[in-house]
Amino acid sequence: MKRAGFTSAWLPAMLLLPQLAVIAIFFYWPAAHALRSSFYLQDPFGFGETFVGLSNFTSLLTSAAYSRAAWFTVFFTLIVTFGSLSIALLLAVKADKVIRGAKTYRTLLMWVYAVAPPVAGVIGLIMFNQSWGPLKEFFALFGWDFKLGVNYFDTAFAMIAVSIWKQVPVNFIFFLSGLQSIPKSVREAALIDNRSATGRFWDITFPLLAPTGFFLLITNITYAMFDTFGVIDTVLKGQPGNNPMTLVYKVYVDGFRGNDLGGSSAQSVVLMVLVLALTVFQFRMIERRIHYT
Amino acid sequence: MSHVTLTALRKVYANGFEAVKPASYAITPGEFVVLVGPSGCGKSTMLRMIAGLEDISDGTLEIAGRVVNTLDPADRDIAMVFQNYALYPHMTVRKNIGYGLQNRKIPKDVIAAKVAEASALLNLDDYLDRKPSQLSGGQRQRVAMGRAIVRDPALFLFDEPLSNLDAKLRNQMRIEIKALQRRLGVTSIYVTHDQVEAMTMADRIIVMNAGRIEQIGAPAEIYHTPATTFVASFMGAPPMNLLDGQIAGGAARVGDHTVMTDAPAAPGPVTVGIRPEDIVADPNGPLTLDIAIVEELGAHRLLHGTLAGQQLSVHVGKDSPATTGPFRAALKPGAVSLFDAGTGERL
Repeated sequence: MKRAGFTSAWLPAMLLLPQLAVIAIFFYWPAAHALRSSFYLQDPFGFGETFVGLSNFTSLLTSAAYSRAAWFTVFFTLIVTFGSLSIALLLAVKADKVIRGAKTYRTLLMWVYAVAPPVAGVIGLIMFNQSWGPLKEFFALFGWDFKLGVNYFDTAFAMIAVSIWKQVPVNFIFFLSGLQSIPKSVREAALIDNRSATGRFWDITFPLLAPTGFFLLITNITYAMFDTFGVIDTVLKGQPGNNPMTLVYKVYVDGFRGNDLGGSSAQSVVLMVLVLALTVFQFRMIERRIHYT
Repeated sequence: MSHVTLTALRKVYANGFEAVKPASYAITPGEFVVLVGPSGCGKSTMLRMIAGLEDISDGTLEIAGRVVNTLDPADRDIAMVFQNYALYPHMTVRKNIGYGLQNRKIPKDVIAAKVAEASALLNLDDYLDRKPSQLSGGQRQRVAMGRAIVRDPALFLFDEPLSNLDAKLRNQMRIEIKALQRRLGVTSIYVTHDQVEAMTMADRIIVMNAGRIEQIGAPAEIYHTPATTFVASFMGAPPMNLLDGQIAGGAARVGDHTVMTDAPAAPGPVTVGIRPEDIVADPNGPLTLDIAIVEELGAHRLLHGTLAGQQLSVHVGKDSPATTGPFRAALKPGAVSLFDAGTGERL
């Protein structure tokens, strides 16, 4: 392979500078600031701060509210990730088989992708509305008295449902293109080798989708943990009360509603470490991925 | 006795395009049949109908005494080798070869024995634990063959299996496939657009054009007595010379040159077909050609020129002198084929 080289180190440095500056100003600087704040106790009215060492972190570990949010985040992430991936995969496999009207069908399925998270939350609120929400009324048919924002489980259910609904189209697009990149002849060879469609799916299609699936797994975990903020905020209307919330939302609530900047910063630092771990894991796994040619 | 029987097999697509016009033929057990034709002639569609990868629009298909029209590909007792090998990229060579058996509820030790047998036959022993991406084109082709032979099917189908290989490997694999087929004695249908592959491998050739079977016959028969001008020009490199001629007084003439004295055709225009190698240099010959270009090919030469103002090629041995300009020639006996000037059918 031919490699192009720079004769001086200046040009590449200059070319990298804008990107580095953006990362430094918008990521490293706030991150450093958060790290610093996590060791201090801030005055709620901004009159000063006291160094408290690790006490923000230790109080997190002992806080029942924090561990409740942490466990909820774990379940929430698992259910949203699994739900949105499996529904999207099912839809993609079915859409892949549609021959007539395929384009219309796919476009309809992808539409939700264009909905912004808070709007998705609002649509969720409408669907689950206490007095006239269609889904609420549907559940009532089965004797389920759905109480959004009052009942812990019902609120969690609504958050999960809306978050899954919002994420399915993205996954669908990726799975569909993953399916379509499986060579036709490989599927046909499988058709001759195995009469069972289910067998073919698990033996051939699913392993060949694995690279796509792994990529989506990571992005979905990230989505469920961090990007569902808008959905949760709309559902909770900024007043979590006894309702479930994820760790990211708790950072916001404690920091901006509770004015506990130190504690909130400590929570951010924990999340940063989590993201770092996730990223390292992702790169490790990607390095090991086999290239299918 | 026939092993594979097609009766008026036809393929019409939803848009009304008739990819395969009703085709009927029978293949005897152990026969190697080559379907040949230009791209888009329907040969692959026909093969895919036989495999069950395309629905059959009309007609019946029988394999080993069973009508298989509506059976799944997996139930037709066939094995297929694809143009781009179609190996499962995530499976090792061993698994690739054994996958079809594994799904047929065959005991593990039997599968292992069969895979070992096939890999020994195809010289794949050293590669059994590799993935397809770690193999060369020729090796992948062998794995695809292995996958077909372990199944011990009633019928092998080959869809242009050699067209992704380079010329040298192609010649080698051609011989290997033919030898393997002879050894296993499995009835085979082989699709190709390469007339050399068709000529060298086939017991019988089926020439197709525009969805229609033009001719079915042994390679020599196809070559020497082509049924239509299409077959005449498709088979053979360079192709048969096709010249506009006339029948008058029982003789076939091209311009002022008489090429055949006892033409079995009614007076009128005809197409005269002459193979390039059937024209021989003869100082006293009745034909005078005007040679414009001499192509030196080592073992022989190709002379390109005109006869009575019409293009033609002559194939001469390396000992035969060749210069541009006038060239006196004669025709070998029985060299001339006559075709209907309108329909192109052999007269």
